[in-house]
Amino acid sequence: MSATEQTAAEDVALKAVEASDLSVVYGQGDKAVHAVKGISFTVGDGETFGIVGESGSGKSTVLRVLAGLNRAWTGRLLIRGREAEKRRPRRSYRIVQMVFQDPYGSLHPRQTVERILLEGPMIQDMDDRHRRVQRVLYDVGLGKEFLYRYPHQLSGGQRQRVAIARALILEPRLLLLDEPTSALDVSVQAEILNLLRELRGRRRLSCILVSHNLAVVAHVCDRLIVMNEGRIVEQLEVAALRDGAAQHPYTRQLLRASGPYDRATAAGLVTYD
Amino acid sequence: MSPRSGKRSGRLSRSLPAAPRLSWREYLTAETPSSPAHARLRQAYFAVLSFARNRLAVIGLAIVFLLVMTALLAPLLAHQSPIAQDLAARLRPPGGAQWFGTDELGRDIYSRIVYGARITLGIVALIIVLVGPVGLIVGCAAGYLGGWLDTLLMRTTDVFLAFPRLILALAFVAAIGPGIENAVIAIALTAWPPYARVARAETLALRETDFVNAARLQGAGPWRIVVHQIVPLCLSSVIVRLTLDMSGIIITAAGLGFLGLGAQPPSPEWGAMIASGRRFILDQWWVAFFPGMAICIAGLGFNLLGDGLRDVLDPKQR
Amino acid sequence: MALLEIEDLWVRFPGLRGPIESVRSLDLSVGREKLGIVGESGSGKSCTGRSILRLLPGYASVTTRRMVFDGVDLAHASERDMRGIRGRRISMIMQDPKFSLNPVMTIGRQIAEAYLVHAGDDSRAARRKALEMLAAVRIRAPERIYDAYPHELSGGMGQRVMIAMMLITDPDLLIADEPCSALDVTVQMQVLAIIDDLVQRRGMGLIFISHDLNLVASFCDRVAVMYGGQIVETCAAAALHEARHPYTRGLLAALPRIDAPVAALPVLDRDPAWLELL
Repeated sequence: MSATEQTAAEDVALKAVEASDLSVVYGQGDKAVHAVKGISFTVGDGETFGIVGESGSGKSTVLRVLAGLNRAWTGRLLIRGREAEKRRPRRSYRIVQMVFQDPYGSLHPRQTVERILLEGPMIQDMDDRHRRVQRVLYDVGLGKEFLYRYPHQLSGGQRQRVAIARALILEPRLLLLDEPTSALDVSVQAEILNLLRELRGRRRLSCILVSHNLAVVAHVCDRLIVMNEGRIVEQLEVAALRDGAAQHPYTRQLLRASGPYDRATAAGLVTYD
Repeated sequence: MSPRSGKRSGRLSRSLPAAPRLSWREYLTAETPSSPAHARLRQAYFAVLSFARNRLAVIGLAIVFLLVMTALLAPLLAHQSPIAQDLAARLRPPGGAQWFGTDELGRDIYSRIVYGARITLGIVALIIVLVGPVGLIVGCAAGYLGGWLDTLLMRTTDVFLAFPRLILALAFVAAIGPGIENAVIAIALTAWPPYARVARAETLALRETDFVNAARLQGAGPWRIVVHQIVPLCLSSVIVRLTLDMSGIIITAAGLGFLGLGAQPPSPEWGAMIASGRRFILDQWWVAFFPGMAICIAGLGFNLLGDGLRDVLDPKQR
Repeated sequence: MALLEIEDLWVRFPGLRGPIESVRSLDLSVGREKLGIVGESGSGKSCTGRSILRLLPGYASVTTRRMVFDGVDLAHASERDMRGIRGRRISMIMQDPKFSLNPVMTIGRQIAEAYLVHAGDDSRAARRKALEMLAAVRIRAPERIYDAYPHELSGGMGQRVMIAMMLITDPDLLIADEPCSALDVTVQMQVLAIIDDLVQRRGMGLIFISHDLNLVASFCDRVAVMYGGQIVETCAAAALHEARHPYTRGLLAALPRIDAPVAALPVLDRDPAWLELL
């Protein structure tokens, strides 16, 4: 289904994200780097949307644009029906939040868990802060004993839970996840993925998950796009992906490369430009 | 991961339920701190343990502690007035009532050194208070905000870095007159630039970290990020650098005193004492020797302490 | 015939509350085959690899009843003997070429250096050999890469350069410590194919250390699963899906699969009994 057909069909519901002709260019003239080249996509309300690609595909750049961390974009971007501004007003951070990739770098090393979680509510002037902190910790499966620990006392999985709690304490409607489990062990990854599924169901979140791992995206998402060199090469439903209905040769190659090692597969791989 | 309980406690208190009575060691090494203060104490305890493993650092700390105590308790430690002259007793060798001998005006050298510690420590404290915060703020602001502010602040830093310290002190003396305050100002004006540079370099690296991005994503403005996120992490480098620079500053102050640009007589400043003892150094070695030793030991103490602090506060071990 | 035999390897690090045992009573035997060592972080797999070449820091305590490589007693060898073995008879590839290649030396110089140190030949022969190796790892323009610096290369190319550098001396055993973890999936496959090809052609032994169970199962001949510093299970790669240890089965079940959707991934229930010394 193309973007326009989808828009017509879901006209009634307010879409979480609508991006048209989104481009990001770094630098100027000869040295200009086109990280994202005029892409368009929509994410429905309550949907979990995946963006898959290898390094240099532009997937993380798209996420940073959505988060408001990257202002060098052109095109049209609507978040929950509102035009996204380059300089986001403070209240916009109650709508969009993000979980970062590296659990070892996303928590301030000199702040306790409680202090890390209190930051958002303090800035956004929310009431009943301590109660909110305790509730959100509970929601991500950590008990009160974690309140006064420092990040170096936590495991990778626990840190990522704190990062998710920090994102959720502001009660966003759109959650962006940048490779949230790439740096985690397999068993911990399973716990975090289960947690994400549970949370988005309970809180009616729309999520956008960026990953290079097709299996992770397939487990969590409903729909996905595949990016390569700044462009979308294919959009499809996860169900279609599982049925082997991927059409674009790059997607098919990605699927094969994600599988077990095989001499013939390796020989048949092509570098796409 | 703790198992979830089905019910929530009626009253959500900030502190965790009181633990059974623990020994102080168990309290300090508890896996689960029960309050923010407890968490900070625990961190401090491990830092102290880590520091204490370095014997030389402990010696450095002891020397600095001795310096501080000497300065604070000077009236109790010195049994004679540092400025009372007794020309009949001039240039007496160490022994008897004068543990370090007397200088050319009959003043007890030991008492002068004890009181001189106050001057030295005063200079050190003033410099820290002036130079540390200024360098930190300038460096962090320049590093985080970038753009024209960065250029402006860094070029200003370069200008101050270009001033030769002793010449500036001479200029001050020529303009305003000699005195220890002017010496301190001269030193402070030329000592702050390296701290700005160190802070800026750290800030540039920290600016791109995910926890700073997360703070931005929660709506934090630049000042909030600089003050709450970046400065606490730059603090360690600046503290280590300050401590290591202290020995240089003590020697510079002594140098200024030696040249007559710092503390004026009869002030028992160690550098000035060496200057006046220079004339007698061959026959009455003790007049210059003891203040010289005091400067050496004080400088050594700060160096050892600074080295030890660097091992403990090293960013790589964060 | 085993190339490398290890018996009862222990690696301990000093800790605040007593020694931390990173590897406990490990027995290992590798022939001219591809052995995969799989484990999560903290399982001790990297320490195992590094202890073979004595690359652990000085404060680490490594004790073993027996560590013999092709008749050479590694446990009691002098540092001089070890230098003759490292890079010459046993080579090691590490995870990120960004950190394992010298950023201020050209690629060619680094590869040639490896050859010069061990073969003692002249620099022209070393250059020729280096170019041969670059071609063997399927780099299309060896002369250009020879004069390039590491920062000019992509991750996959950097890793291929590492392979060239490590295999130029024709070692008997290659230890690869997470060689593909920092690479994209397509590049991973290509690098693995190169390793596979070279190892096969030269009849080398390979110890492949990774956290990726499926990758190791499809690439290697035998798999050893590590947990808590010990090997909890060893089996032929083809038989991995019939693994018996609950940790291995738990790991296999916890992986999300494109072809087998589940509502919730089965979470690994860590039994403390697994940590007991076998």
